[in-house]
Amino acid sequence: MVRSLKLQINGTPYNVNVEPERSLLSILRDELGLTGSKYGCGEGQCGACSVLVDGRPVRACITPVTVTEGKQITTVEGLEKDGRLHPLQEAFIVIGAMQCGYCIPGMIISAVGLLRKNPNPTEPEIRRFMEGNLCRCGTYPRIVAAIRQAAQAQRGSGP
Amino acid sequence: MSEKPLSEVFFEPERYELGSGPTYHFELSRRDFFKALGGGIVVISMLKDGLADQESGRGRQRESGRGMPREIGAWLHLGEDGSVTVYTGKVEVGQDIRTSLTQVVAEELRLSLASIHLVMGDTDLTPFDMGTFGSQTTPVMAAQLRKVSAAAREVLLDLAAGQLQVDRNSLGVADGKVIHYGTKQSFGFAQLTKGQKLMKLVGENVPTTHVDQWKVAGKTTQKVSARSIVTGKHQYTSDLKRPEMLYGKVLRPSAFGATLDSLDTRAAESMAGVAVVRDGDFVGITAPSEPVASQALAALRAEWKTSPQPSGQELFKLLKEQRVEQQGFDGRSSYTLGSMAEGMAAAHLKLERSYTVAYIAHAPLEPRAAVAEWKDGKLTVWTGTQRPFGVRAELGEAFRIPETQVRVIVPDTGAAYGGKHTGEAAIEAARLAKAAGKPVKLVWTREEEFTWAYFRPAGVIEIRSGVGQDGTLTAWEFHNYNSGASALRPLYDIPHQKIEFHAARSPLRQGSYRALAATANHFARETHMDELAQGLKMDPLEFRRKNLKEVRLRAVLDTAAQSFGWGKGRSLRGQGVGMACGFEKGSYVATCAEVSADPPSGQIKITRVVTAFECGAVINPDNLKNQIEGAIIQGIGGALFEAIEFESGKILNPRFSRYRVPRFSDVPQLETILVDRRDLPSAGAGETPIVALAPAVGNAIFNATGIRLRSLPMAPNGQVKKSVES
Ligand code: FES
Ligand code: FES
Repeated sequence: MVRSLKLQINGTPYNVNVEPERSLLSILRDELGLTGSKYGCGEGQCGACSVLVDGRPVRACITPVTVTEGKQITTVEGLEKDGRLHPLQEAFIVIGAMQCGYCIPGMIISAVGLLRKNPNPTEPEIRRFMEGNLCRCGTYPRIVAAIRQAAQAQRGSGP
Repeated sequence: MSEKPLSEVFFEPERYELGSGPTYHFELSRRDFFKALGGGIVVISMLKDGLADQESGRGRQRESGRGMPREIGAWLHLGEDGSVTVYTGKVEVGQDIRTSLTQVVAEELRLSLASIHLVMGDTDLTPFDMGTFGSQTTPVMAAQLRKVSAAAREVLLDLAAGQLQVDRNSLGVADGKVIHYGTKQSFGFAQLTKGQKLMKLVGENVPTTHVDQWKVAGKTTQKVSARSIVTGKHQYTSDLKRPEMLYGKVLRPSAFGATLDSLDTRAAESMAGVAVVRDGDFVGITAPSEPVASQALAALRAEWKTSPQPSGQELFKLLKEQRVEQQGFDGRSSYTLGSMAEGMAAAHLKLERSYTVAYIAHAPLEPRAAVAEWKDGKLTVWTGTQRPFGVRAELGEAFRIPETQVRVIVPDTGAAYGGKHTGEAAIEAARLAKAAGKPVKLVWTREEEFTWAYFRPAGVIEIRSGVGQDGTLTAWEFHNYNSGASALRPLYDIPHQKIEFHAARSPLRQGSYRALAATANHFARETHMDELAQGLKMDPLEFRRKNLKEVRLRAVLDTAAQSFGWGKGRSLRGQGVGMACGFEKGSYVATCAEVSADPPSGQIKITRVVTAFECGAVINPDNLKNQIEGAIIQGIGGALFEAIEFESGKILNPRFSRYRVPRFSDVPQLETILVDRRDLPSAGAGETPIVALAPAVGNAIFNATGIRLRSLPMAPNGQVKKSVES
């Protein structure tokens, strides 16, 4: 049965009428046109669908949309503020941390979650935290470098 | 040794999935051109050897006269507003040719990257192209675009000279303007192109900017689509939406070779908005949303009739037994030099070994996807493929409509690695859209991608060799069963050789994979070289150098060895080092690897990889490094743990939780050294760097553990087991 749900996405309230068993990913992509979050496996194995729920990265493909009601959802589309990219987005561009780019939104979202928890991660900490995000193009070393650079930039600009 | 001729690349036998080539039609006349693109200047480049026609087997047809010539590489349009648009049939699948091709245009037209628009892989707008594979974009397409851009620059100079009534040598192009040096007077491109309808054909001899004068090309630059990628705005096929679009699903057989016995569609059809489409053995669903489509699919009651299918355990036996006649290789798959008997008689040490490689999956993160739409009998399909024109032909054939009625558009694609040459999803989506009378999107699930795409061929390779006491190779016999003929021949100097590729009937659907069989053939060859060095108690580097005259390969080998610190210092317990080198597609690679093995568990970790790579003149060094690192990392999967398991017509591990691909923790310390040969033409580089990784790692594992591994993957569960004699 279709139900009406209230979602908070990237600071904007949305009302959607959907089947409650649907995944957050399918709502974001197919109903709201937020296609930055990607489908890669549908079983929580690749991280392409990562979004932040109350600041923590979750796999939208295996997250029922109902459990995100009343929570703050952030997708990759919500990171840019007033035309200014998030430091992680900047760093991914500067380092050239992408090939086909399909995994990149999920990588950036996971990394936002990491830096929020640990603003100064070591390389092994980055790898461990990001282990659930797949890049089939093998861009891993640059992704690590970009995360380190963003962490540095954030600390530099912080209070 | 010189580069392989292009024709050889296109006929590589292991491109099994290509089947018959597309028929080539070129429909645009001069008038159509300006109608389609608008006024201004169009510069068209002609291909040297009519590659398009080679595939369709028509031979050369270089006639012009009425209509357009057939052998077109690319065209460039300078609009009346001064805009620059370049059209190429190549597609972007992560190799970042969108940037490197833009760079060469910017170079010749003295423009910024941002003012150039590249239209790629749209069969209604771009010239015919065989496909984006075989590392041909850089050597062929970059050269084409360089020429059209240089020619466009010359046209602009001519126009400006005419308008100003000055000598054209007193004019130059800079920053998107034509400038008169004497008066400093300048023209924007639009001032010159306004009201024009000029068309220029260019052939081979267009002077282009010499490599020493490159200002834009040859330098690292940001990916042109970087910003749209990091903000999530970059649209892949799976992200597209059309008005009134429905979502499709296809019912898959219960096993390979199964046929539909009975089908009950009632439950599915009772769902709101759901329609079932049946056409022979094709059964599909259209629904208003993807989840509903999935539910309807699950509600279909189908009975399948299965037939016996081979299983993984018998694979290598089958490949050797089920031989098929080779077609169309013109004897290139077999080669003899001298006499094996003589060479073996002269040998001091003889060795005979067999090597195997498993089927592996490309598993691009974006699975196959298509959006199809019919309008007034014309079909438009957006799909991620490496062969837009090939897929157009497939669609024309499937629906028995002329190719003029089909348009294939390829949005930038979530990678392919040789795995998206075919149009399965495109055909399925088009069939569903035809039935629905509305646009349909179909995105394969990960499981479908793992099961119904094609695999890198499995294979068996047997080598028999002989070597003299001083380490000089005397004889080399090499048989490859099924995996393919790429890089079949060694670059080592061996007086007596017998080399053969044997095509086989493959139990699974197979096709191209990054670097084709060069990976398998290098694995066998370079492992065997290590085994010989070991038998001779010779250093593997010294042994290779002793048998190698090819200077470009020696250069990368020495570079890699030196940067790695080969032969310096003792390894720690459980650590080992190995090397391998090779050549393919005009580029040369050498890899040195270090591994650590945990003795009780056999747990293997690759700790360091040094790669030296040479592919002629480098266009975008940073992107090249990115491609090399990507190839090395992807290679780790096939070397250590990737393998498709199958039984009785079913894939047993069709998901990322069962099929392990490289992750962050698998990445070793990587060092990449580019040997930039500005004196040589640029070759493609997306493939070759992968070929030396597996043997270098295998040799390092032997060095660490004394265990010789002759099958890929070498450590399926992360561990190596002493299962074979060493
Ligand atoms: S699509 Fe959600 S983890 Fe892969
Ligand atoms: S860039 Fe292609 S999957 Fe990561």
